[in-house]
Amino acid sequence: MQGVSKDYAVQMHGITKYFGPLRVLDDVNLDIKKGEIHAILGENGAGKSTLMNILYGMYNPDYGKIYLNGQETYIGKPSAAISQGIGMVHQHFMLVDKFTVLQNIVLGNETTDFFGVLNMRKARKKVIEIIKKYGMKVDLKEKVKNLSVGMQQKVEILKALYRGAEVLILDEPTAVLTPMEVDELLETMQNLKKDGKTIIIITHKLKEIKKSAETCTIIRKGQFIDRVNVADETEQSLAEKMVGRQIKLFVDKKEMTPGDTIFEIQNLSVRCERGIETVKNLSMKIRGGEIYGLAGIEGNGQTELLQCILGRRYADSGKIIMHGKEIQNTNTRNVLDSKISFIHADRHKYGCILDMSVADNVIMEKYREKPFSVNGFLNHEERDKFTKQIIETYDVRPAKCRHQKIRNLSGGNQQKLVIGREIANNPDLLIAVQPTRGLDVGAIEFVHRMLVNLRDQGKAVLLISLELDEILNLSDKIAVIYGGEIVGEFDQKEADEHKVGLLMAGGKGE
Amino acid sequence: MTKNIAKFLKTNFMCTCIAVFLGFIVACAILLITGYSPSLSMAVMFNAVFSRAKFIVNVIIKSTPIILTGLSVTLAFKSGLFNMGAEGQFIASTIAASIVGIKCNFHPLIQIPLVICVGVLAGALMGGIVGWLKAKCGIHEVITSIMLNWIALYMCNFVANSEMFHKPDSDGTFPINHSGQTLLFYDWKFSHDGREYLQAHPILNDIILKTDFNLNFLVAVVIAVLVWVIIYKTKKGYEFRASGLNPDAARNAGIDVTRNIFYTMLISGALSGLAGVLSLTGSSTPVLHVLSVFENYGFNGLSVALIAGASPIGCIFAGLMFSALIYAGQTLQSKIGTPSDIVNIMIGTIVFFVALVRIIPVWVNRYLQKEERKNAQ
Repeated sequence: MQGVSKDYAVQMHGITKYFGPLRVLDDVNLDIKKGEIHAILGENGAGKSTLMNILYGMYNPDYGKIYLNGQETYIGKPSAAISQGIGMVHQHFMLVDKFTVLQNIVLGNETTDFFGVLNMRKARKKVIEIIKKYGMKVDLKEKVKNLSVGMQQKVEILKALYRGAEVLILDEPTAVLTPMEVDELLETMQNLKKDGKTIIIITHKLKEIKKSAETCTIIRKGQFIDRVNVADETEQSLAEKMVGRQIKLFVDKKEMTPGDTIFEIQNLSVRCERGIETVKNLSMKIRGGEIYGLAGIEGNGQTELLQCILGRRYADSGKIIMHGKEIQNTNTRNVLDSKISFIHADRHKYGCILDMSVADNVIMEKYREKPFSVNGFLNHEERDKFTKQIIETYDVRPAKCRHQKIRNLSGGNQQKLVIGREIANNPDLLIAVQPTRGLDVGAIEFVHRMLVNLRDQGKAVLLISLELDEILNLSDKIAVIYGGEIVGEFDQKEADEHKVGLLMAGGKGE
Repeated sequence: MTKNIAKFLKTNFMCTCIAVFLGFIVACAILLITGYSPSLSMAVMFNAVFSRAKFIVNVIIKSTPIILTGLSVTLAFKSGLFNMGAEGQFIASTIAASIVGIKCNFHPLIQIPLVICVGVLAGALMGGIVGWLKAKCGIHEVITSIMLNWIALYMCNFVANSEMFHKPDSDGTFPINHSGQTLLFYDWKFSHDGREYLQAHPILNDIILKTDFNLNFLVAVVIAVLVWVIIYKTKKGYEFRASGLNPDAARNAGIDVTRNIFYTMLISGALSGLAGVLSLTGSSTPVLHVLSVFENYGFNGLSVALIAGASPIGCIFAGLMFSALIYAGQTLQSKIGTPSDIVNIMIGTIVFFVALVRIIPVWVNRYLQKEERKNAQ
């Protein structure tokens, strides 16, 4: 803890916050100098977002004091935070799709002449000034719905600056960006810093902290661990402070020993709901003993491709072949029966049934087979035995959760159950979509190990992910999907972030 | 100690009891405001149900159809469907059963199963149409089932007024043939021997002679258990629940959600159909009446299912309570002139509070957590 002083833009001392009996923050200290970029590092659920929400006035702390520029203040609500110069860009953007960029920036803080008549000219002048000052390229007349995610984020930042933010909080700002957009964001942050703005960036990505921040506060399980100068630390040391034990940042993999082609897609074309062809003439081959990574930005046909493989979307043309048998345009049952298993990106929506018990969730794909059901009746004993086995094998916690709703488990434990269930199907092809979304570092390590194990057993794995790092790290072969087409395919050795990132954004490869 | 009480209060059963209790409190308050004596009214209502064996038996008999329609709604609800069409399925069943019951006259061993089957099938057909439209065309089940309710109502009036079935100088059809009725001891109780025997046993007299004594209630209980088994113990029931709670995840697990929608509505319709046909065959005046408004057997089933919290076994008790309240309400009006509408207010309030008392477990949990935190410190 540093002494209260005018040099610090934000100081939060002894912050403690309860949610029910749960102490999510326990005596946390945060000191941020004026004009610095400060990172808050922690695993999912460590309490970093809660801490920032307290600063932004969304929650009130149970204990602790907040100082802005050396003055003790009470915030209490977001509007108060804004008027004291604190702006926040949330992970999920809060923009009106059908409004133009300018309208979005001004919304909620409109300049008016008397009688409440809008004066957009004044507003426009002010916004253009800000844009020029920080070198951000944004078209004010464009509607937000036509913008890329990276652009939308710029609009959010402009919104905060327009309201006079001196301290800018960015919540997981790079989660949805392409590598190019990340670089642009980092540049913008540097420009803001030059102008004396203070920036707080919440993240669990070590690479970006190394690239952008000067100081970093590490939080683990609601507790303040350390405040460090980023320059003195390595990615490894930061990661260990975050998790509290030694971890492997990179996956250990043996050389692959590829087998025969197990799964093949030939010239597949699929339309989305609106009748637009979102998967165009797509082909891929996946061999046994290989992790095939499909990189791409959201909305480039991955969803439709997946639904088509699942048998839930009609293939206009082309073939999907598993073990030499065509499976396109059959049904989901048939697809699962041909030894393909899925780990879905949104496990709450597609992977499990939150209001059913853990045991009922575990038998979701097996309930119709012996011994789980006999003559149309379920065998609950067999179900419980099987569930216990999975809970033990995958170390799901709490261990006695069999009859609890799966909703009550943490994300990591839910994912362990889902993975356990799918691997118990003994699939020849596992399709994993964003399998580590929302998981903490420890759980990510586990999931990656599972995928590599499967590969080492000679099974095929198709990894579809928006996280480029994950794909580069894990895959033996990397393909890039853009606009519904495979625009490039590399062996792991040839691929690098720059090459793949360029293709993801629609650039031409060499 | 207080912890155990708190945990006890958290159970579904206690929450429902609290809701019922609150319903009574509100009813008493309204009685007081409108100038009726709450204590007298409550006493009259209590006596109206429990003072004579006849009353109790009547309440049980009247509960049968609403327990069955309640089960119908419950089953659909478990698969994520809202069967507003129990009323129409009920009516369709009585129409079909009346036609067959009047036109055919076999030995009871054939006649009774025949009439019941026809009624159940008619209900299933009505439910099946709703399910088919939802599964194939994506039309919302609430809309189609409400429209089918009206179609059933006017169909009923059409049949009841038609020359072939209408009994002159009445408001309905001819009664169905006696061979199709499911009344128990019906011939015996009006015979010489029967009368003599019953006069010697006043309680049996009350139970058997003074009521439409039948075994329909037992059928309803068996069906309730059956529905429970289907939902929780069978493969299909698992599919129903999975489809209802998260259709997307169910589809991804290879469950044919669309087909399950159709099956659910088929079974749900059949249950409402069973309610309809049993209330016809179990009556001493098995007549299809011209309806100016709905008789509310189906809609009351919705309330029963809501009060029971979509528990099949709970439907039995909710149905009994519901039936008792309606029965008591009628006595209330005839005995002391309190409008029987007070009972409808009470039922409405109970349903309202049943939804509201879901807050109790949340409060209790919060309290328990606070205690835990205190202990930890």
